[in-house]
Amino acid sequence: MTASSDILSPAPGALDAERITGKPASLWRTTARRLFQRRSAIVGLAILAGLVFTALFAPFIAPYEPDEVLIGVEDVKRRDPPCIHLLGCPADQPQHLMGIDGNVRDQFSRVVYGSRYSLVIGFVTVGIAILVGTVLGALAGYYGGYSDNGIMRIMDVLLAFPALLLAIAIVAVLGPGLTNALLAIAIVTIPAYARVMRSSVLSVKETDFISASRALGAGTGRILFGSILPNAMTPLIVLGTLEIASAILSAAALSFLGLGAQPPTPEWGSMLGAERNQVFTAPHLVFFPGLAIMLTVLGFNLLGDGLRDALDPRLGRGTKVEVVL
Amino acid sequence: MFSYIARRLIYSVPVLIGILVVVFLLARLIPGDPCTAILGEKATPEACARYNIEHGLDKPIVVQFVIYMSNVVRGDFGNSIRFSRPVTQVLVERLPTTIELSIAALLIAVIIGIPAGVMAAMRHNSTTDVVTMVGANVGVSMPVFWLGLMLAYIFGKLLKDTPLWLPPSGRLSAGLASIPFYEVYGWTAPPGSALLKVLEFFGNFYIFNSIITGDLEVLADASRHLILPALALATIPLAIIARMTRSSLLDVLGREYVRAAKAKGVPHRVVIAKHAFRNALLPVVTIVGLSLGGLLGGAVLTETIFGLSGVGRAVYEAITARDYPIIQAFTLVIAIGYVVLNLVVDVSYTYLDPRVRLE
Repeated sequence: MTASSDILSPAPGALDAERITGKPASLWRTTARRLFQRRSAIVGLAILAGLVFTALFAPFIAPYEPDEVLIGVEDVKRRDPPCIHLLGCPADQPQHLMGIDGNVRDQFSRVVYGSRYSLVIGFVTVGIAILVGTVLGALAGYYGGYSDNGIMRIMDVLLAFPALLLAIAIVAVLGPGLTNALLAIAIVTIPAYARVMRSSVLSVKETDFISASRALGAGTGRILFGSILPNAMTPLIVLGTLEIASAILSAAALSFLGLGAQPPTPEWGSMLGAERNQVFTAPHLVFFPGLAIMLTVLGFNLLGDGLRDALDPRLGRGTKVEVVL
Repeated sequence: MFSYIARRLIYSVPVLIGILVVVFLLARLIPGDPCTAILGEKATPEACARYNIEHGLDKPIVVQFVIYMSNVVRGDFGNSIRFSRPVTQVLVERLPTTIELSIAALLIAVIIGIPAGVMAAMRHNSTTDVVTMVGANVGVSMPVFWLGLMLAYIFGKLLKDTPLWLPPSGRLSAGLASIPFYEVYGWTAPPGSALLKVLEFFGNFYIFNSIITGDLEVLADASRHLILPALALATIPLAIIARMTRSSLLDVLGREYVRAAKAKGVPHRVVIAKHAFRNALLPVVTIVGLSLGGLLGGAVLTETIFGLSGVGRAVYEAITARDYPIIQAFTLVIAIGYVVLNLVVDVSYTYLDPRVRLE
């Protein structure tokens, strides 16, 4: 089976559904089926399900409040290593799975609550970037001419800077803080969505169904967002999922540098940054927040890759294009 | 070819002007005024007014921009507020650190990443393939700053007193100095001249400098200092390159001409090495070029963790200290470097794939 014949023939899942119900299978149902055929995507989904569960039930999972200082409450010292009863820590000592941080707080509770920030950071930044990028890309592609040139040249300039460096500069202008860091990361991500949306608009704006819509009296807004946008959804969703991963990484990096979330916010990057000079004496305070960031980013990356493959019509039925030989 | 390069350079001009505008505006928009940053919080309004007139800060923003542009074109970036020295001098000292680090990281990424991708593609769906791709997925998700700190802990603390110990910070051990090649060879240039700056610039590449002066002790020490930061910085591009090489090679291996070569009886290794690899390299080159931008961004974090005085760390420190001339000059240099690298990547296509005609 070659790639070209794959494009022409519908996926067998779709054919089965058609045979049984008499209706063509929806794109999303087919995509979901293909997604669940990929082991890496399932691992990604499992990691993200764990993250969402942790974020939702943080008060029940965390044994302490994230800001609760344990001086005078328990017999613990600043930056105590993890104490896990199952691993030989004396039973009369209070259990702290990830140790005690520099302000005598339970590190595990802070890492658990940190999952909430990661999810918010990922979705908010990508949400803003998709919204603005899609509108800009749609306007550039649809109107062409000066507006296209103007918008896309600005996007080119934004792309000419390394993303993290530009984000640092923007945060410097707006002032340090989580909200401003989110805005900065959203701004540097906008060009990617604008480009995707613009190319989608260009590829369909001269097609017959758009001419038909126009002939029926549809306005620009309706044509752009009712007819053209659905055609660009697939690459936007894939890009969005993968960009959530890099947004979380960038936000953590900004917080690590002291430009994002500020103490005592239990944000993983900020927790890591606060204790970075103690890595030789209390490595657990650096290890666990970093591990949490890596797992979260890995989850989104695996899901994004899985979605890209599942939504790619050339890779129908989970058969890979390359399996030709 | 030359007309293509010339045309691409002309097309780059609007982007470069855009970069200048963005850098100029960002530096002007950073809260706090330069007068108090330089003269201190207790500066009187009269002193500030005098300072603003001297530095043209009382003029309309458009005029300020024109003055700034004319200075930049002449290579005059002004004086650093924090260091009280010409910005070009600071650039000459710091840029080699970042370039050396980025080249080392890119070399690691390419030397490990491409063979790993080829191995994974050759043994598609085997354990090697799965392990490589799991490794690549983990690598691409790794926060650079976390990896850097963990590497510093493992090699700088846990492996202390073993032959595997590596220095966790700085460019050279205490007591060692890199003597610039022009001093070793007795070359001189007038103080403050452009030639001296060029000589100093190349002399600040410690590894290059120690090779041409034959100073093996400095070479060994500088290389040992470079390993950990370069490894930390290389991880993400390495993972991306491995993934891209694998998928690109798998794609090429599915083509008719590869099947024809195999049908002819050409051994599998030869098919890969001679027929498929070169065609698979094109997207990999793009990714390598794009990775360089990431490396420059990642350098901010790596240099901060490993105590390296490079461009990335300088920009970050300049932002917190409101050192406008440094912010403007360094950001500009990085952005221009990025634009030039993209051009180099585009031009390299013609060498790799004769089918690509640069129109």
